[in-house]
Order: sequence, then C-alpha cells, then structure tokens
Amino acid sequence: MLIDTSTVGLVEVEEGTKILPPNVIITTLDKFINWGRLSSIWPTTFGLACCAIEMMAAGAAHYDFDRFGIIFRGSPRQADCMIVAGTVTKKMAPVVRRVYDQIPEPRYVVAMGSCACTGGIFRTYSTVQGCDTFLPVDVYVPGCPPRPETLLEGMMLLQEKIRKEQARWSPWR
Amino acid sequence: MAVTEVRISIHPDGLSPKDIAEKIKEQFPDQVVDITEFRDQVAVIVKRDNIVEICRYLHDDPHLSLDHLQDITAVDYLNKKDVRFEVVYNLYSIRYHHKIRIRAQVPENDPEIDSVVPIWVGANWHERECFDMFGIVFSGHPDLRRILLPEDWEGHPLRKDYPLEGPEPDKDWPGFTEVLKRSKELREFEWEG
Amino acid sequence: MIQREAEKIFETRELNVNMGPQHPATHGVLRLVLDIDGETIVKVTPYVGYLHRGIEKLGESLSYFQALPLTDRMDYVSAMSNNIGYCVAVEKLFGIEAPERAKFIRTMVGEMSRIANHLLWLATHALDIGAMTVFLYCFREREWILELYEMICGARLTVTYPRIGGVRNDISQEFLDSLYKFTEEFPSRVLEYETLIDQNRIWLRRTKGIGVISAEEAVNWGMTGPTLRGSGVPYDIRKHMPYDAYDKVEFDVPIGTEGDTYDRYRCRMLEMRQSNKIIRQCIEKLPLGPVMADAPKFTLPPKDYILKDMEHLIHQFMLITKGPIVPEGEIYVATEVPKGELGFYFVSDGSGKPYRMRVRAPSFIHAGCLPRLCVGHLVADVIAAIGTIDIVLGECDR
Repeated sequence: MLIDTSTVGLVEVEEGTKILPPNVIITTLDKFINWGRLSSIWPTTFGLACCAIEMMAAGAAHYDFDRFGIIFRGSPRQADCMIVAGTVTKKMAPVVRRVYDQIPEPRYVVAMGSCACTGGIFRTYSTVQGCDTFLPVDVYVPGCPPRPETLLEGMMLLQEKIRKEQARWSPWR
Repeated sequence: MAVTEVRISIHPDGLSPKDIAEKIKEQFPDQVVDITEFRDQVAVIVKRDNIVEICRYLHDDPHLSLDHLQDITAVDYLNKKDVRFEVVYNLYSIRYHHKIRIRAQVPENDPEIDSVVPIWVGANWHERECFDMFGIVFSGHPDLRRILLPEDWEGHPLRKDYPLEGPEPDKDWPGFTEVLKRSKELREFEWEG
Repeated sequence: MIQREAEKIFETRELNVNMGPQHPATHGVLRLVLDIDGETIVKVTPYVGYLHRGIEKLGESLSYFQALPLTDRMDYVSAMSNNIGYCVAVEKLFGIEAPERAKFIRTMVGEMSRIANHLLWLATHALDIGAMTVFLYCFREREWILELYEMICGARLTVTYPRIGGVRNDISQEFLDSLYKFTEEFPSRVLEYETLIDQNRIWLRRTKGIGVISAEEAVNWGMTGPTLRGSGVPYDIRKHMPYDAYDKVEFDVPIGTEGDTYDRYRCRMLEMRQSNKIIRQCIEKLPLGPVMADAPKFTLPPKDYILKDMEHLIHQFMLITKGPIVPEGEIYVATEVPKGELGFYFVSDGSGKPYRMRVRAPSFIHAGCLPRLCVGHLVADVIAAIGTIDIVLGECDR
C-alpha cells in the first residue's frame, strides 16, 4: 500500500533520513547498511608487540571497547577489521599478509602505533618500515604506544570513514 | 602449603674472582692466554681447543661448582685484535655466590668451537643465537640452525661489516620481496572508495 | 582379544599441528609445532624470531643515553625494570653511583612494575586456562598502577623514567599519598584473586603436576626467577647481588617444593604481597636529597644550570653529541626483573657508544625450556606451560 508523502508530516532528522512519526524511518540503503557495519566492527586479535598491551587495556573495563560494539574475534574468517598493533618484522610479514587475505570483504586495516605506521624507532635490517608497504591501511594511529583513548579515536575515525562509503554493499560497484 | 617464604641470608663463603682465575691457570696452564680485570670482574682469556674440559672442570669441581650458566655470547673485534671473534661465557655459582667470565678466542678463517651443550642443556639456544648472529659454528651441537632470523637469510647481522639498515631492497630476503610483489598484484582488487 | 583385533584394524600416526604465530592467547608471536600422538605430546619445537627487531645492533650505533628507550620496548609489560637493569649496568661501567633518594625511588618503581607484570601474567594465564573474570579484575589494578606511573613521568607503558645516574625527576607528595593508599588496599585485592582460583577444582586439576621439573635440571636448563624458585632453588639476585636499595629493606622470597605449575603460581602470588611490603618500607624510609648523581662527565646536568652556566652547557653539548668518555673494558651485571634474570653485557672501546651491547633475556631461555616442560602431557597443558614460564616475545626476540 503506497503512502502519498506530500500529505503526511515527514520530519527530516538528518540529511537524507526522514521520519514518519512515530515509528517509520525512511532512509537510503547506503546509510542503513553503513550504520549497521560501523556499529559492530569486529577486529581480529593481531597484537604483535607493546601496542598489544594498550589494545588489551582499551578492551578491558576502564576504557571499554564493547560499548562501541567492538568485540575481538579470534579467527580472521569471522572478523571484518585488522588492528596491526606492534612492529612488523620481515619474518612476520608473510603471516600478516596471509591473515589479511583471509578476512572476508568489506575489510579494513588500522595501523596502530609508530612501528606499524612507519617502522618507528627500529630502522634496522629486520624491521619492515611500515605495514603499508604491503597492506592497504585505512587509519593510522600514531604513538609509542598510543593511549587507549587515541585508539578509540582511531576507531571512531574508521567509523566516520565507513559512514561515508557509497554502494560498497552492492554487486555492481 | 607447598610454597614457603624464606628469608635468604647470604654467607660470603665464595672465592674471589681472582682466586678462581688462578685456579684455572694452574689447572690448564697452556690454555690460558691472559687474565683481565675491570671494576672487580675478572675475565680469563683462553684458547678454544679445550673449552669443554675447562667448562666441565668449572662445573664439576666441588669448591667451584659454577652450575649456573648465565650467558653465552660473542664479540666481533674486527681490525681491533689479532683474533677476530671471542665467545664469552658468564658463569655463576648459586651455592658459593662467586662468578667468573671465560673468553675463548675464535679466529676468522675457521670460526668453529666445541659446544658445551653436554654440560649445560640450556646452552642450546644461546649457541644457536651466536651462530645466527655471528656465523660461529658449534661442533657437536644437536640442532644448529638459525633461530631469530628466517632460516634462509643470508649474512650474519651482528658482524661489524654488516650494514645496520640491512641489504639493498633487491638483495633482500626472498620471503619479503615475494610479499611485496604479491601485494602489488592484488592491489587492483582493493576497494577504491 | 578384541583389543588386538582392533589394533590390527586401526592404524595410528603422529600428527603435526602448528600453533601459529597468530593465536588468541595474547603472549605475542610465538610459533609452536607440536608432534602429537592422539592427544599426548611427543615433541614440541618452538620457533621464535617473529619480533626480532635488531636491538643489539641498533644499540651499537647509538650512544648510551640514546639506547635507554630501546630497553623499554623489550619487556614491555614491566618497562621500569628493564630501564633499571640497564641503568645499574651502565652506572657500574661508568663507575658512578646514584644518590640514596634515587635508589629508593628506583626500588619503589621496580617493585611497582613487578606487581604490574605479575597482574598481567595472572590475567593472561587465567584467561588461557578459562577463568575470564580474573582478567578484568587484574586489569583494574593494573590501570591503577599505570595511572600512578603517569603521575610521576607522564607515560603509561614505555616510561623512560630511571636514567643513568638516578631518575628523571623528583616525585611529589601527592604521588606518595596515592601509592600509600594503593599499598593499603592491594592485599585485599590479592585475596580476591586467590579466592577465585586458589582452591578451585578446575584450576587445581589444570595446574597441579603440569610441567614438573626438578631443581638440578632447572638450573641446568638455565631457568631463573619465579620459574626456578618454584622448583626449590633459592636464587634471587636481589639477595645474592643486591643493587639499589634492596639491602636496606626487609623481605622474604617464596620458594616452592614440587616444581610444577601450581607452585610457580603460588610463588608469584606471594611475590606480589612481598613487593607490596617493599614499597611500603620504601615510602617510610625515603631519604631527602638529589635524584641525579653529580658526575658532570657522565650525567646530563639539570636544565636550569645549563641555561645559566657556560661550563654545564659545554658538558651537555659534549655528552649529547659525542657521548661520555668511558674507560675501555667489559662488564656483566644482572638484575632481578619480574620474569627472571636480566643481564647486560657491555664491551666498551673508549668511545661514547657501546662496542657490544648484549642483553641476556630471561624469556629467551625459558622459551627454550618449553620442549622439556610439555613432553608427555596433553595438548591443553601446553597452554598452561606457556603461561607458567611467563614469556614476552619482545624480550625473547629483542
């Protein structure tokens, strides 16, 4: 049954989303799916070095991750994000790439800490100078190690990035 | 309760480091090259031939009883001394609270020395690391292969003639260059936004 | 007869299972290859080196002052202890000594980091075995300690607070009051954790009799710290070769008898209580005075002197650009970090940079002992064994 929207009182809540009071929301499919995706980002646990401890502290009770909908999953097949926390060495690089390849799309990468962004203070023979040499990174969170609040801001930036995506859900990209 | 809290009191009944060095010198007079001292720590420089006998004497002798092998490492004296490498053993006795350091000279053209794994089982990984970082071969070691770097890495990093930043990008470890190549190929399938 | 018939039909083989460098137990990047026969372990081969960053080679190209932050990142769970180990070794090499107040402050923060390390150890060990509540409780206490760290020096994890010759800056009365309140409340928190798991039937089944090693064997394998003391060997560097203010405070050292996982767990829990006692004594006995040694050739002068006095400015310039002038020689100094014995072996050639900086990391040796601890047990006991040796891969691989 079709509604003639010119006669009923539509309230525009934010740009592109209208509400027909009391309980009908009219919006685009992009916004709806993006809202679902950004409210439940599930990272795979990939703590490598010192930043892993701050990531654990961010997940613990004081700076809670769970209230953002972020739950750490053990297997990459059940995750949709990868937080590379710590130094990536050349011996570990094939493993990182393999775990990234196993995450189903849509997938995101957060480079946490200076070592994952650019190699950090370790400019040596065995350290990869930044994980973006072999991974496409979405958000860089600098710091050595970044405070849990900085990591939370990084995840919020990732949420903003997801909010602005267009037609990523569709098969006709 | 199985675990008890003990107030440990230390009786200084051990030998002074100089005495231990003298004992080694009188037991193996032709092996000892030199005895050095710095800030109350004594090091005995020996030749590498009978290192297992020296270590076994230090471990089994009831008055020395140096049963705790603290560390095995190596130093590269490129162009500073005649003999290029020195393998350094730091030993401590838990019963008598005395310690000593043994430095065995290993030449560059034949970097080989006997392994002390028969005496201390914990020397296994120490010697593997020395082999990995310096290229010193420990004969008699049960499983000598690289430990910290990938097994097919070329070069020994802690030698003084190895660059800090590593080899050139085209001569790098093949496992890493493969990852870079593959990521470049897969980049066309990434979401552009 | 039926069993013999069954054995003829069934053919068993050993299975190779890889516990890869990425696994949910948060011990870092450790790879184990298990050869198992059914569920029993026949052989364990650990592969380390996935976090090898070349700290020893990097230390050779930096001056003694610049190499200090590298030590934070090795055992990143208890960063203060690494710094203290480095500073004690370098001070002995230089031939200088920190003032009394600095020694007491270093002892205090060293014991705080021992508590922080044991809390994280308990959190991850219990989480792996299955007790998930302990994880959140321990992190609550750890957050308190990290807040106290932030009060002294501004950083939570990778502090570089102990410096060569003393500590970076003086502590405030506010910090001492908070720390005193912490020491008053901490024993009741430890009682909370013990109530949760100490007499729990599942915990006892999973830790008693696992990873048993006798005293002589443990010394032969090179173990140190609580891993060794659980087997009954009274080796604690704070008592054998005291440094800082450890000879001026009274404390006991827990020694075990059986040498299994449960005894090592009890050792660490009692150590936490002893550390609490040490911190309280340090607060009560803290003397007044400077916090940095007065040795202009080796330590950086205070900032306000540099801005006023020419001589101090020249010292600062020479120390930062060329490094201190150190006599030639070598030294090996060991300190008791929460994980075991951390040893630093320096060879100096007279210049301002170490000619050879060797770090003897306890986690490296303990990871090598895994094959001995796991043989004959079940697959699930490997997780308990990894937890009991308390390794951190940043220190193991350097």
